[in-house]
Amino acid sequence: MAKLPTPQELIATRPPFPEEHWLDVRPEFAPGSFCYPAKKETMELLHMPNPHEWDPAAEDWGLPENWERILCDAFAERLEKHRSLKLFMDICVRCGACADKCHFFLGTNDPKNMPVLRAELLRSLYRRDHTVLGKLLGRTVGARGWDKSVVKELFHYAYQCTECRRCSLFCPYGIDTAEITMIVRELLHEVGLGTHWIMDPVKNCSFTGNHLGIQPHSFVEIVEMLADDCETVTGIRPKTPFNKKNAEILFITPSGDVFADPGIYTFMGYLLLFHELDLDYTLSTYASEGGNFGSFTSFNMAKKLNAKMYAEAERLNVKWILGGECGHMWRVINQYMDTYNGPAPDNMTLPVSPVTGTAFTNAASTKMVHITEFTADLIYNGKLRLDPGHNDHIITTFHDSCNPARGMGLLDEPRYVLKAVCNNFVEMPENTIRERTFCCGAGSGLNTEEIMELRMRAGMPRGNALRHVQRQFGVNHMACICAIDRATLPPLANYWAPGVTVSGLHELVANALVMTGGKKRTMDLRQEDLPGAEEDGADGREGGE
Amino acid sequence: MYNAKAVIAGILVFAVLGTAPFWAGMTGKEYRSTGIIPPKDEKSCIENAEFMRAEHMRLLNEWRDEALRGENRVYAASGGKKWNISLQNTCLKCHSNHEEFCDRCHTANSVYPYCWTCHILPGESK
Amino acid sequence: MFVSLLLVLLIGAIAWAGSAAGFASLFGVALPYLAAAVFVVGMIRRMVYWAKSPVPFRIPTTGGQEQSLDFIRQAKIDCPGTQAGVFARMFLEVCLFRSLFRNTEADARAGLPANSGPGSVYYSSKWLWCFALLFHYCFLLVFLRHFRFFAEPTPQWVTWLETLDGLMQIGAPRFFMTGGILLAALLFLLGRRVFNGRLRCISLVNDYFPLWLLLGIVCTGICLRYFDKTEIAMVKIFIMGVTQFSPVSAEGIAPLFFVHVALVSTLLLYFPFSKLTHMAGVFFSPTRNAANDSRRVRHINPWNPPKQYFTYAEYEDAYRDVMAEAGLPLEKEPDRPAG
Repeated sequence: MAKLPTPQELIATRPPFPEEHWLDVRPEFAPGSFCYPAKKETMELLHMPNPHEWDPAAEDWGLPENWERILCDAFAERLEKHRSLKLFMDICVRCGACADKCHFFLGTNDPKNMPVLRAELLRSLYRRDHTVLGKLLGRTVGARGWDKSVVKELFHYAYQCTECRRCSLFCPYGIDTAEITMIVRELLHEVGLGTHWIMDPVKNCSFTGNHLGIQPHSFVEIVEMLADDCETVTGIRPKTPFNKKNAEILFITPSGDVFADPGIYTFMGYLLLFHELDLDYTLSTYASEGGNFGSFTSFNMAKKLNAKMYAEAERLNVKWILGGECGHMWRVINQYMDTYNGPAPDNMTLPVSPVTGTAFTNAASTKMVHITEFTADLIYNGKLRLDPGHNDHIITTFHDSCNPARGMGLLDEPRYVLKAVCNNFVEMPENTIRERTFCCGAGSGLNTEEIMELRMRAGMPRGNALRHVQRQFGVNHMACICAIDRATLPPLANYWAPGVTVSGLHELVANALVMTGGKKRTMDLRQEDLPGAEEDGADGREGGE
Repeated sequence: MYNAKAVIAGILVFAVLGTAPFWAGMTGKEYRSTGIIPPKDEKSCIENAEFMRAEHMRLLNEWRDEALRGENRVYAASGGKKWNISLQNTCLKCHSNHEEFCDRCHTANSVYPYCWTCHILPGESK
Repeated sequence: MFVSLLLVLLIGAIAWAGSAAGFASLFGVALPYLAAAVFVVGMIRRMVYWAKSPVPFRIPTTGGQEQSLDFIRQAKIDCPGTQAGVFARMFLEVCLFRSLFRNTEADARAGLPANSGPGSVYYSSKWLWCFALLFHYCFLLVFLRHFRFFAEPTPQWVTWLETLDGLMQIGAPRFFMTGGILLAALLFLLGRRVFNGRLRCISLVNDYFPLWLLLGIVCTGICLRYFDKTEIAMVKIFIMGVTQFSPVSAEGIAPLFFVHVALVSTLLLYFPFSKLTHMAGVFFSPTRNAANDSRRVRHINPWNPPKQYFTYAEYEDAYRDVMAEAGLPLEKEPDRPAG
């Protein structure tokens, strides 16, 4: 990884707009500006069209011979399938309201990262083949034909968009660049262009159930280890039910929470919470990935990976599914799952919290409930004993993930939980939270190491907002409800606001949770000593290690 | 076609609104001539007829300013003839029937000048 | 930018010369009929074109709290859960440009005192919203005011509009505020495309042309009313001939009037093939016109492909031995004991 510029340098060195018209500028594929390409074997295994070895930095990308035909046809087919695409191609007035709403544009000052121009890359092609004026007048009205450098350009900018939908909130017609990016990525996959960091997890999720491709026995082993860690901290070893038939609830969370720091602490939080509630639930090794890397690839791939959830719910004969903290997973569940793979199997029923009796009528059809909805309901009904004092050493803020914020509207549930488990909660500036939240800079399959500088650039608005509350209010912690955030925000915080730690919400819940029969807490889930617990906490340490 | 009900309803609304000028024209009366009756015994106005038709409001406005603000009561027409600047005594002397003259065009074209907030309509008793 | 200005001037010049040379009925009758037909048919075709593609997924952009637990307050308009909420959201969007009202301007600085280091600043920026709203409403009002030429007798509401519009009672003919505001708003919208670097970068002929065209229409309109007047009584007779499909001679009407009509006709001709279709398109926008209820009600995708996925049976076949070793429950026991 190349050395990163300092944050000050990063802001100061954003280049001015090029002199030439954007149609005449082509992106450069310097190392660090692109994600590594997907491997041929991976693409073959997934039956993706036109798999081949290629290198983004090379002149020739080895496109299939009839690449132009493929792309034109695929584009026409998408237009027939998605009204959104036709509409978004037609009605943009280029008012520019979206321009400085994009974190990638703010961080890079690359004109083509303005959502309007990102869409124009495709729109210019649409004009030539699908509009009267474009056919007649060509470039005069901003139309252009396909050529290989256009394909490269599309690739470059389709992977500098995290599908966060912030632009669509500000667009007077609701033009959603995420929709356009998703379709551009679909088109690129038609000619065999994909990125390693997305397609490899897709393959793993498809064949082993989780994105790192960890096999069932190892998966169980890791979860058992986390349960052991839970015991170290709390004195109680939570149950770890796997593939249990006839459980009431199937719990599915992104597998990143099982493998990656700090997601693992969130996972421990889930285990402890469910144990304390004596919930009749099960995990599944087959449907062990909540996150849906397919949604970064194509609609069909998203459907394919998502199908496992209902399939497993049917096989295990559960009543409903509880979903963990994850961003794009919840976009898929909220807006796509029921359409893709519904209706939910017959054995599933309206989700009802076994603890409070609350019926989650808002999930009547998908029968899948978000963990923060579940926990907020528990807290509201006084079913959890909480000691927020355990979190007194942190002053936390909350990062709204793009997808739950703008693709679901899940804003107050996590805040309700957070305020119940933390005494010190500070919001970031209002233009950077809730529905106006900024992306972590590396969602939608971009959180790969090789584009670290780009990620830091894209994360600038979030980073600056975090730095602001750090300096103004002494914030030293940022909670989030997204597994990708838990992977991307620590380096971002480290870069823009060093000293701020990142965790999932349920890590903080479990830290505050007073467990029945548990020992006095002297450390948090990360096994770091709790300040102030030292003096009278000596006896508490006994049973643990 | 998908969402046909809503789309067709929308198209109908659009089609009706988009052709509204024609509906408005068709539902109203015909309008083939202004129907004004010019004064019978006079052949020429202050300026030529074409000018008067298009610009009389401006002339009147200028007259008002000349008379009331400039205290000038003489207007030299383009033909050289001099006129007394006065709505009441010059204009209305010939155009004495405002219903058959002024109002015919004004009403049809929705023009409601505020002349008569100060001036007395010809023929109206004091 | 200049290309589109020249184009508008050229259209105006042709209309001027043509009508002065005796082809007034071409520009005053034939062209408007053609333009109206192309506009209406073209827009309907565009709407049908959009409607021929389904909305496969329910993808509203949620602008607030979803409908959730009883004690959590839903943003019923920005994140509607019902048709009524969607209606309110669409109403605000179409009539008050709700989304544009959110507009901010972002700026990043390497040194921001409050952050003792790098920082971002966001300003509220409502100019675009303000002038866009003024433009659209004034344009609507100006169009409605023209109904005095379309119908006899002039509808009463037109007179009310004019009374309000001319409330300042400046000059004779009375100055209509909408005309002036329309001109100012257009100049603002054009000015930001010319002077703002970002806007200059994204603007195409497709953006300048309608602006110049509208400016041409507004300027000729203002000119016809206040400066180079033509006799409106004759104009009304002429227009009524057109709206009642029995055209009359254009004798005695100034060429400038035909320039005005030709430019309006050009706008109507251009409309269905351009970004101006946003007039109808905004109603179709799938990120705005749907309720965020896709977990409660199943949305159907007409082209939903068949399910194809790595099934549990295939999964167990692949990992049966290791699963047995890990003590996981199985559908089918391994042939021989694991290990």
